[in-house]
Amino acid sequence: MTTLTNPEVVQARQDRRLVLMLLAPALLVVGCLMIVPLCWLAWQSVRQDGGFSLIHYQRFFTDGIYLTAFGQTFRIAFTVTLIALLIGYPIACLAATVSRGWSMLILAAVLLPFWTSVLVRAYAWLILLQRKGLVNSLLMKLGLIDQPLILVNNEFGTVMATIHILLPFMVLPLYAAMQKIPTELIMAGASLGGRPGFVFRTVWLPLSVPGMVAGSALVFVLTLGFYITPELLGGGRAFMVSMLVARNIEVYNEWGAASSISIVLLACVLLIFRLASAIIPFERIMGTR
Amino acid sequence: MKLISMGLRYSTPLIGMLCLGTAAQADEVMFVSQGGAYQEAQTKAILDPVAAKLGITVKQDSAPDAWPVIRTQTATGKPIWDVIDTPTKDCVRGGEQGMIEKLDLTQMPNVAAMPAAYRNDYSVAYEFYSSVLAYSTDTYKTDPPKSWADFWDVKKYPGTRALRNHPLATLEAALLADGVKPAEMYPLDVDRAFRKLAEIKPYVTVWWTSGAQSAQLLADGEVDMEMAWNGRVSAVAKEGAPISFTYNEGMLQYTSLCILKGAPNAATAIKFVDAALDPEIQANFPAYIDYGPANPKAYATGKISPERAAEMPSSPDNAAVQVLVSSEWWSSPAGEDVLKRWAEFIQQ
Repeated sequence: MTTLTNPEVVQARQDRRLVLMLLAPALLVVGCLMIVPLCWLAWQSVRQDGGFSLIHYQRFFTDGIYLTAFGQTFRIAFTVTLIALLIGYPIACLAATVSRGWSMLILAAVLLPFWTSVLVRAYAWLILLQRKGLVNSLLMKLGLIDQPLILVNNEFGTVMATIHILLPFMVLPLYAAMQKIPTELIMAGASLGGRPGFVFRTVWLPLSVPGMVAGSALVFVLTLGFYITPELLGGGRAFMVSMLVARNIEVYNEWGAASSISIVLLACVLLIFRLASAIIPFERIMGTR
Repeated sequence: MKLISMGLRYSTPLIGMLCLGTAAQADEVMFVSQGGAYQEAQTKAILDPVAAKLGITVKQDSAPDAWPVIRTQTATGKPIWDVIDTPTKDCVRGGEQGMIEKLDLTQMPNVAAMPAAYRNDYSVAYEFYSSVLAYSTDTYKTDPPKSWADFWDVKKYPGTRALRNHPLATLEAALLADGVKPAEMYPLDVDRAFRKLAEIKPYVTVWWTSGAQSAQLLADGEVDMEMAWNGRVSAVAKEGAPISFTYNEGMLQYTSLCILKGAPNAATAIKFVDAALDPEIQANFPAYIDYGPANPKAYATGKISPERAAEMPSSPDNAAVQVLVSSEWWSSPAGEDVLKRWAEFIQQ
């Protein structure tokens, strides 16, 4: 009974109530538009002809196309992540080490394409990479090739455009991590006789690992769900999980099968974030800290 | 209280008027098609003339894919659609699953007079399009490919190729290339078709998914020849792209009209369908779009010039050199199985 009169406890309770009230609209939106549909999706994935059934999950083991689609999706996601890391790392290094004005300029250049529609960028790549596109015409004129290269309507074109779209998601976490590396440590390393390469390897690189993990996890997971880019630039050859979902609905009218694929993909995503958060805390991946 | 009673007193005549209003407009029909330029063309060519002829109101709705909506509307038991223009396959499987009314030919003289191949228990052909062999006139200036055997002949006709990422019409093309006679096409020899497709697969640069994409591929020179829908090819050719096509061995397909089970205006819907198949009204199609009238008698009305008829997929001359795609076969279990096998074939 003393707790009731304790002003601190009363205050804390009121605070909690206020926080809950303020959170209510957001919780309602997330609950109605995310949790409920997800539950419905999960429910639908275990139903067939009005009863419980695991038939939709069995297909992962019996239907070759499922494994192919997941295999290709993970391969594309891996390639995209690796190349985005290789391209993004030097950019982030540069942005983190130059003066503030230059770093703003570099980050603006990284972010600018981010505000262009994915659709427009996919078509732009089509114009650049197609058989009579700019890249092939240039290479032909320079006499480097006699036959146009097949750069698009395949996995290569898909990977290329996906990297372009997702590069900011790699650069920004890297930049955030590198910015937090104290300059004193680099100077200390140098003053103790470490050559630039050695200091980079032993000081800079290990300290930027959180950024590498965060950026890679983001890019990898986002690539897993790509649909428009492989659809437009894959030429029917890049067959990703998202297209398997669409196909199950459009062609076969199999909502249960489409749901089961979505649930498995979601499980993969959660697993990847779980693994990444074992290396660095989850909130750091999302860039809040 | 006073307010409520006043509201009631004044609204009663209003309700009466509303009821009268619907009674006066009882002769209306809800027509559904696929939207876009295609539905606009129909409005001028078919819907407005039919409305004037029958003295009815034609209301419109559109759905790019009517099939899922047909299922939901009939499941609720209170459909709002009457007549649907959709791929014939939907009418047939819908009819077999109790979602589409059977056509009562005794009330439909125009429909009854249609060739038997152009109708079934549930639906009647409404407009024709064709999956044709289209090619770049830059690449093949003289002696362009004229048949699917030519399409498969990579020695005589080098160049990149595209096919639709869908088995319908593609399997038929493969069988034609392999020497199957059009008259012996159905039931499809699926194994033979996939064997033939495996031959051409390495030379197919793109498996296209949308009509717009297929037109772009040829116009940009990404591919030298492909299977595409005649309306898409002719639209780009009219804009000056160096492309052309042949109706020879084209895959003639049609959308059909069918009436939803439990349609709210079923009686008017029957009159509407019959009037839409009237040769005089069907003959309006070519004036607005490159898709052909389904009723062959439309070509005998004198409304369609011989030049324009030659451009239409369904004109008797063009129809004679094409293969009529069998919706019955494609909506059969064998056809449904092919859809599954197709995805595996593409990914191999």
